[in-house]
Amino acid sequence: MRIRYRVAVWSGLLLAALVAAVLASATIGPVELRVPVVAKAALNAVGIPVGLGTSIGTASIAGASLPWPTVDVQYAYPFAFQIAPTSELIVRSIRLPRIVLGATVGFALGGAGTVMQGFFRNPMADPSIIGVSTGAAVGAVATIAVPMAVPFGLQTAAFLGAVVTASVVYLLATEGGRTPVATLLLAGVAVQTFLGAVVSFLLLQSGESLEEAVYWLMGNLYGAGWADVGATLPATVVLFLALVPFARDLNVLMLGEKDAQTLGIPVEWTKRLLLALSSLLTAAAVAVAGVIGFVGLIVPHVMRLIVGPDHRLLLPTSALAGALFLVVTDTIARANPQELPVGIVTAALGAPFFLFLLRRREVHEL
Amino acid sequence: MSEPLLSVTDVSAAFGDARVLDSVSLAVRRGEFVGLVGPNGAGKTTLLRTINGVRDPDEGTVSVDGDRRADCSAREWSRRVATVPQDTSVSFSFRVADVVEMGRAPHRRRTQFGTTETDRRRIEDALELTNTADMRDRPIDELSGGERQRVFVARALAQDTPLLALDEPTASLDVNHQVEILRLVQALVGEGRAALGAIHDLELAARFCDRLVLLSDGGIRAIGPPESVLRSEALDPAFETTTVATTNPVTGTPTVTAGAGDGTPADGTGVDAERVHVVGGGQVGARAIATLRDAGHEPSAGVLRDGDIALETARSLAIPVATTPAVGPADSDAIAAAHDLVADAAVVVLADADIGSRQWTLDLAEGAPATVLIEARPLAERLYAGERARERYERLRERSVTADLDALPSAIETAVVTATRLADD
Repeated sequence: MRIRYRVAVWSGLLLAALVAAVLASATIGPVELRVPVVAKAALNAVGIPVGLGTSIGTASIAGASLPWPTVDVQYAYPFAFQIAPTSELIVRSIRLPRIVLGATVGFALGGAGTVMQGFFRNPMADPSIIGVSTGAAVGAVATIAVPMAVPFGLQTAAFLGAVVTASVVYLLATEGGRTPVATLLLAGVAVQTFLGAVVSFLLLQSGESLEEAVYWLMGNLYGAGWADVGATLPATVVLFLALVPFARDLNVLMLGEKDAQTLGIPVEWTKRLLLALSSLLTAAAVAVAGVIGFVGLIVPHVMRLIVGPDHRLLLPTSALAGALFLVVTDTIARANPQELPVGIVTAALGAPFFLFLLRRREVHEL
Repeated sequence: MSEPLLSVTDVSAAFGDARVLDSVSLAVRRGEFVGLVGPNGAGKTTLLRTINGVRDPDEGTVSVDGDRRADCSAREWSRRVATVPQDTSVSFSFRVADVVEMGRAPHRRRTQFGTTETDRRRIEDALELTNTADMRDRPIDELSGGERQRVFVARALAQDTPLLALDEPTASLDVNHQVEILRLVQALVGEGRAALGAIHDLELAARFCDRLVLLSDGGIRAIGPPESVLRSEALDPAFETTTVATTNPVTGTPTVTAGAGDGTPADGTGVDAERVHVVGGGQVGARAIATLRDAGHEPSAGVLRDGDIALETARSLAIPVATTPAVGPADSDAIAAAHDLVADAAVVVLADADIGSRQWTLDLAEGAPATVLIEARPLAERLYAGERARERYERLRERSVTADLDALPSAIETAVVTATRLADD
């Protein structure tokens, strides 16, 4: 079968499963809702951007309020089903933003994980391998523990921490214009260890906010709103679309860097670009959701077992499967009477499932 | 002569302080399969990498069809040179067709997701030519080494380049697959294509390449047709051993035997170089000649028949030899010439020689002050004369040293010492 059809069929199937999971997830909660109600409320929430405008708002930078131009997007809402206002409120303002954010974060982590594993040709590579997650953790925990010291909001601090750490690791591993993958991996591990110490120290200093910090570190989507989605979803879509044209280059890179060079891939340039895009994608997800481990590691592995190693198929399917996986695990996390951080659920479910696959099918790839 | 397809001009390359290539120049024309030979560390792989663009030369230029490497992007260069790598192990279950499709990478646009009509045609042709079409849907990591190597040749063909660079394409293969791959490359060269391959096995290189380039210590030591490159004069210093180049009786192309004796080059130290004449041909004669040469002696040989492996050995080592046609009784002029060589020798080695009715081999053996006998076969199997000849041989045996091939150098010494003592008495 031609690759285009395979991509279309697999993506269609996963997308349908994702929509089904989103709708099913939205029925679950303290107030049980029926699927048609949820579907109508969800359709009502669908907005189509119809126009752009700019206005001068204010931004708070380093404690000072500055005038700041903001872009206003005007939406048209094509659907207007009549449903009970409380149901609509629950679905539209409480459950959907969290579910959509979960899907976005899962999508980003699944996609970034696929790129990192292909790039590093290493089974243990996941989106945080070059310190992105630990860097985000330093930013977030610092904001929580010593709010005075950090002039940004928590998510901005986490995002900056992630990007700065990835850049530092990259620079440490680069010599004479070349960045050997093994050096990158080791530099990532060393920097992660160091930042882990910083995080532990900050936790000791955090006093009463210790619980909040630990909760963030475990990764959770608690209290997500449309603002989070508005920040993360566009970034995720843009970064992912930028990665798609490199799926074939990733295939060639899997044969080895020298081989890729002889097939016309400018190896160092491509590596740099892939690293930057996938780090940003991870940072965008981690900044809003905390350190959700395992999605970026396990999902690409599982999809590789199912659809094979071709990144043209693997990249979109892993991203969609990541979204599906996180929607399901977060539903379990919040359905629990005492809500769990989703990071615990992803690890608790993901690891045994992966071990099951590992035993059933001989895993020799990666 | 047409413009060369590949021109390498004064290319030098170094790793840190270690100079790996020192001002190397060579040209490859369309329709040629050129083999790069030389010992490990000679710079073969580095040279190939400067040619296929994986490494930039520190000095000098590489150009294909007049376009310099330095003026081309990686992508542009990959439309000129395709590489068949040495290591084709792939730990991912790409299908064979997927791997061959990767050869089209240099020709696709960034926005192109699938394959074009041209892509598909080139991929089909490549699969067809390399006889891999029937395994197109199999995962590459389930193929044997030979099959995988063929798939990588197919990938290089799909790349549709005028030049093929092969880095030890047969290093990890069984002998049947080695021949298969090289025969394939040989067939592909032509149609305006050319190939340059580092090939470890000198005999295979000689058999399939139009020209050989002998590289050692980062420089070209010899270049030309296989018969002119695979000669002891060029090979011995390059490989730092003694070699014997003979003609393979099956393929008719040169075959090289390295370290025929104990593998150390003849430097004459530790032994008194003796003139030794070897009587007897075949494998035993050939090994005796090579062993003596290795031990630092000055062998001569004969009478040897045309086509005898020992004669090939003697010629390759450029030692004096008396020859006679392949069939018929030994030429009497040749026997006379052999007697002249014996007259000049301190020792005669009777190397498992036959004894015919004319008994000229015994005549030669008795002509020197000392004799060493090598008896690989029992006398009965090589005696074609009567009882008198047998008695004559027994008498010779009593005053000779008998030795195995391996012990030949020490036997020569013993024989010389014994002969000197007898002469003194």
